[in-house]
Amino acid sequence: MLITCPYCGPRDVIEFTYQGDGNRERPNPASQNLDAWNAYVYDRLNPAGDHNEIWQHSGGCRAHLRVVRNTVTHEISSVAFVHGDHTSAARRKAESKS
Amino acid sequence: MAEYSAFSLLANALKGNKDWKPAWRKPDPKASYDVIIIGGGGHGLATAYYLAKEHGITNVAVLEKGWLGSGNVGRNTTAVRSNYLLPANTRFYEHSMKLWEDLSHDLNYNVMFSQRGCLNLAHTPAQFDDYARRGNAMRHLGVDAELMTPAQIKRLIPALDISDSARFPVVGGLMQRRAGTARHDAVAWGYARGADRRGVDIVENCEVTGFLRDGDRITGVSTSRGEIRAKKVAVAVAGSTGRVMQLAGIETMPIESHVLQAFVTESLKPFIDTVVTFGMGHFYMSQSDKGGLVYGGDIDGYNSYAQRGNLPVVDEVMSEMLALFPGLARVRMLRSWGGVCDMSMDGSPIITTGPLHGMYLNCGWCYGGFKATPASGWCFAWTIAKDQPHEFNAPFTLDRFHRGLVIDDKGQGANPRLH
Repeated sequence: MLITCPYCGPRDVIEFTYQGDGNRERPNPASQNLDAWNAYVYDRLNPAGDHNEIWQHSGGCRAHLRVVRNTVTHEISSVAFVHGDHTSAARRKAESKS
Repeated sequence: MAEYSAFSLLANALKGNKDWKPAWRKPDPKASYDVIIIGGGGHGLATAYYLAKEHGITNVAVLEKGWLGSGNVGRNTTAVRSNYLLPANTRFYEHSMKLWEDLSHDLNYNVMFSQRGCLNLAHTPAQFDDYARRGNAMRHLGVDAELMTPAQIKRLIPALDISDSARFPVVGGLMQRRAGTARHDAVAWGYARGADRRGVDIVENCEVTGFLRDGDRITGVSTSRGEIRAKKVAVAVAGSTGRVMQLAGIETMPIESHVLQAFVTESLKPFIDTVVTFGMGHFYMSQSDKGGLVYGGDIDGYNSYAQRGNLPVVDEVMSEMLALFPGLARVRMLRSWGGVCDMSMDGSPIITTGPLHGMYLNCGWCYGGFKATPASGWCFAWTIAKDQPHEFNAPFTLDRFHRGLVIDDKGQGANPRLH
């Protein structure tokens, strides 16, 4: 399985660490809504098909990535930085070119 | 029901084996049943068998989307053990072990249950202490456990590298002598035959495509072979639980589906006569009666419904095998396979009434489903028949997560890929 890191390019899955389900929304730390916290910790969509996931390119640029992967075919349809354009990586790339 | 005996073998052999009856019928589904069980794997078939045998409920259908036993019951490494730490798990799996010990006799079907023992290897003094604690916890509840020294282990498994120069030296181990292996397909066939002989309809190639409802009550299922009504609908579909529950309108569950790979080598002469597990990584191995070494390791580690795995785990498992048994380096791998496990949030199963009215749920087996087959069926049948859990499965509820009553034997937290 190859994952195309937006910064490093296509790399083998062994360079990446799975960080789990990307659909979950962490409640505000001040929230005392137990149902929301329980859902965040324990409940999963677990679809057979396209799944939103978080992967870290831990053996490369270490960026956290938002990956859409099909759980039946392992086909990856999109990869993006979790935090927008991943400004620090983008900056390093721009600096290396100049 | 004793169709299989030394006499019947001889009689049929003399008559050219023409008079054997099929092990189960191929009935068309009826319009309605008392109980429908979705999933013709080990757990579904065991449930049907114990419903009929223990509770006299025989108007039952087992619906299987493929052929019987085509899922996880035929995709595991056949190990059976009850060496758990937490009391809820120990009681449940020990009940399973006791059912295993009598299963071939009970079913009149040889499931080739072999109590060859299961040895967990420790590689640090701290790990050895931890195994001593687990062994004591087991013995408190009447389960056999014994600590072994490296010298005893070397006598038991001569091929094991226990030298100080091993990558992870062996400092001891925890042995459960009553553990072992069973012939996984025979377990499915034996339960199928036992249930069929008591009147249960086993309907193959019958995929459930939706649920029938009367208000908020489940009253049956729609299938690829038409609608079938039932007073009670039980779900025992292992890795497909997420998909089937979505058909019932339940979008989220405290489980994730992951793939677990297993491997078998070419046949060797007798090499190891126990089940051994590697405590420094995650690796377990035994030798089948045909001679192949059967072994596996971790799940692939990300959500998957594919009944096949990826190469990094193959590489990892082979490395761990060679760390223990350098002498196997030139043995050829015959084949590998993958099973889809529903990994629960605490690593323990769910056997419960609900979550909808008229529905019963059996899921979350992580990668321990095979050894649980008899007790899972036995407890699930009890739960279906009496609309309440037996004390053995009372802790394994669906709402335990939200109530803070998780059963986390490994202490990994709500992280399915680590259980």
